Amino acid sequence: MKTRVEENTTLQNIYDIKTKHEFVDKEYGLTKETIEKISASKNEPSWVLEFRLKALELFHELKDPDWGPDISYLDINKIATYVKPNSKENKSWDDVPDEIKNVFDKLGIPESEKEQMAGVGAQFDSEIIYHNLEDKLKERGVIYCNFDKAITLYPELIAKYFAKIVPVTDHKYIALHYALFSGGSFIYIPKGIKLELPLQSYFRLNEPGAGQFEHTLIIVDDDASLEFIEGCSAPGYNDLNLHAGCVELYVGKNAHLRFSTIENWSKNLLNLNTKKCIVAENGKIEWIMGSFGSKVSMLYPLSVLNGEYAKASYTLLSFAGNGQNLDTGLKVIHNAPNTTLYCDSKSISKDGGICTFRSNVYVAKKAVNANIAISCESLMLDSISRSDTIPVSNINNNQILFSHEASVGKISPDMIYYLMSRGLSEKEAAALIVEGFAEPIAKSFPVEYAVEMNRLINLELEGTIG
Amino acid sequence: MELLNIKDLATIASDDQNKKILDGLNLTINEGEIHVIMGPNGGGKSTLANTIFNSYRYIKTNGSIIFNGEDITNKSTDEIARLGLFMSFQHPVELPGVSETNFLKAIKDKKNNEHQDVFALQKEIKSKMEALNIDYDYLKREFNVGFSGGEKKKNEILQMMLLNPKLVILDETDSGLDVDAIKTVVKGINLYKNDNNAVLIITHSTKILEGLNVNQVHVLVNGKIVKTGDANLAYQIEREGYQSLLNEN
Repeated sequence: MKTRVEENTTLQNIYDIKTKHEFVDKEYGLTKETIEKISASKNEPSWVLEFRLKALELFHELKDPDWGPDISYLDINKIATYVKPNSKENKSWDDVPDEIKNVFDKLGIPESEKEQMAGVGAQFDSEIIYHNLEDKLKERGVIYCNFDKAITLYPELIAKYFAKIVPVTDHKYIALHYALFSGGSFIYIPKGIKLELPLQSYFRLNEPGAGQFEHTLIIVDDDASLEFIEGCSAPGYNDLNLHAGCVELYVGKNAHLRFSTIENWSKNLLNLNTKKCIVAENGKIEWIMGSFGSKVSMLYPLSVLNGEYAKASYTLLSFAGNGQNLDTGLKVIHNAPNTTLYCDSKSISKDGGICTFRSNVYVAKKAVNANIAISCESLMLDSISRSDTIPVSNINNNQILFSHEASVGKISPDMIYYLMSRGLSEKEAAALIVEGFAEPIAKSFPVEYAVEMNRLINLELEGTIG
Repeated sequence: MELLNIKDLATIASDDQNKKILDGLNLTINEGEIHVIMGPNGGGKSTLANTIFNSYRYIKTNGSIIFNGEDITNKSTDEIARLGLFMSFQHPVELPGVSETNFLKAIKDKKNNEHQDVFALQKEIKSKMEALNIDYDYLKREFNVGFSGGEKKKNEILQMMLLNPKLVILDETDSGLDVDAIKTVVKGINLYKNDNNAVLIITHSTKILEGLNVNQVHVLVNGKIVKTGDANLAYQIEREGYQSLLNEN
């Protein structure tokens, strides 16, 4: 992300940079013909096209969820389902067309790659325009590439994992995803390989009224470890944009995956993303998620703890402002003994924003000694905002530890008054309090994200408090 | 030179507007002076401090406050603070998640209107912490969270020394402090105090006045200053109480 906050300059929203870019192809709507066209332009094996068309049928058959935020106004025929940027995939930023490179420069992606990343992928609308991995990691068998390419390059791994972790039948918008998927990253970390630096994929949705359907598949084999960072953003337009990505993760025995997401989609976007991870014996998945953007988000990463001593941890932060409905949370399935779930969730809502936290925990009969601790705190900056906590659990044995704590707070006028008596403006005072509230979560983020998050909080509070 | 001039100040409580608190209060403080306000509970001492800072809890119904030549009667709390007024709170707030370091940096940067070099600031803070017997470890702690009453008050004095304001109001900074902590607070005040600034101390006790060069003592009753004298007045009140003093009038 943007790693340096320029001091003494007025806060300008770097995410809102609008770029005039002449795409080479833009497809609207969702018909057999569009999908055939997308598939043909990617030179995919024929089974992929068949799979896409089956997913399309399912999309039409399945119904919208009968719970959660209203998304009935989504008209898929008005979404540009495929937008091909005027750029091939490059290995050097110098080869990326200037108008695209400028966007990523402003987001700080090439800069952070130099200093802090072992590899970076960047997607602009529907296609990956940059992908690179350190040579020494390639030599050790690490794979990090455009997902589209992985389909032909690594057929065995694709056959074993693709659409297996998240099946096409999961829900209506995953069916949509599989009909239209394009771009995203594929990662394979071989047995015993521990990456010291993270890999980062950045997804930028540029075109008004477009959809993004990237597919991310990560396999961290036994005894391996990886930190993966995913960033997403889009400039604001009036047209409705749609993001229906999919993340499939597999964490092997004694393996560790830290999956961090900072999502700052524009506030005209529906974020209907699906993420799921299967964890083997003594493996660990860490979900770290900051949700700032989008009009509506529905996102509940699922961890399936299949091996004994498998662990899932969730560190979540959402910030909903005017017109935003961020419906997030977690789903965890404890399928083995001695499995652990730890969740620390915080949400901030203001100007009528809605934050909902849903937790859905299933403990199988055989999953004795499961240990589950969920804490969620919300902060409301005014009386018109909303915050809900909806816990669901289905526990099938009586030898577990389960705790669920929830609290709701407001910024006290005394805190604001105190800080103002030290010279801070009302907005600065509120920002400091909100940063403090978010701090225990923010410190889990990669350092440059934490800086960025504080900046986002300040931006969000600009002109809205007082 | 005149630093603070309060004329005919009257206030009511925001949440109970029939309740008059200050009722025609006059007070002048010059550069270089230390003033003390004493008075029975409920007389309006803390209200005075918070009214000067334009707290949301009170509404002014009459009068004016001039600070350092500027009319601050209707200025916002932060503007007033930036003009060089500081209050040590009777009940300082806690700020969960905000480290002492970040807090001090935020207020100092605001005061200087620029981001200060972190190491220079650290050095400055540490020298002041040393003077106040505050452990450096506090820099990493969350602001006031889990601090004892004495630690919170010392933290107020630390901020005062760091911001170096023109006028300081100490609202019962000494209440609840042990003898050693009061001595530390007094030490801080003496380090801060010079001929160009001033201090207004609101207190119930004379302990904090020992070791300070007090110019005037005012007695605040029912929203008015009913008596003004030199430091001896404070000791008289401590010996004899307010009642006999009021009967004299």
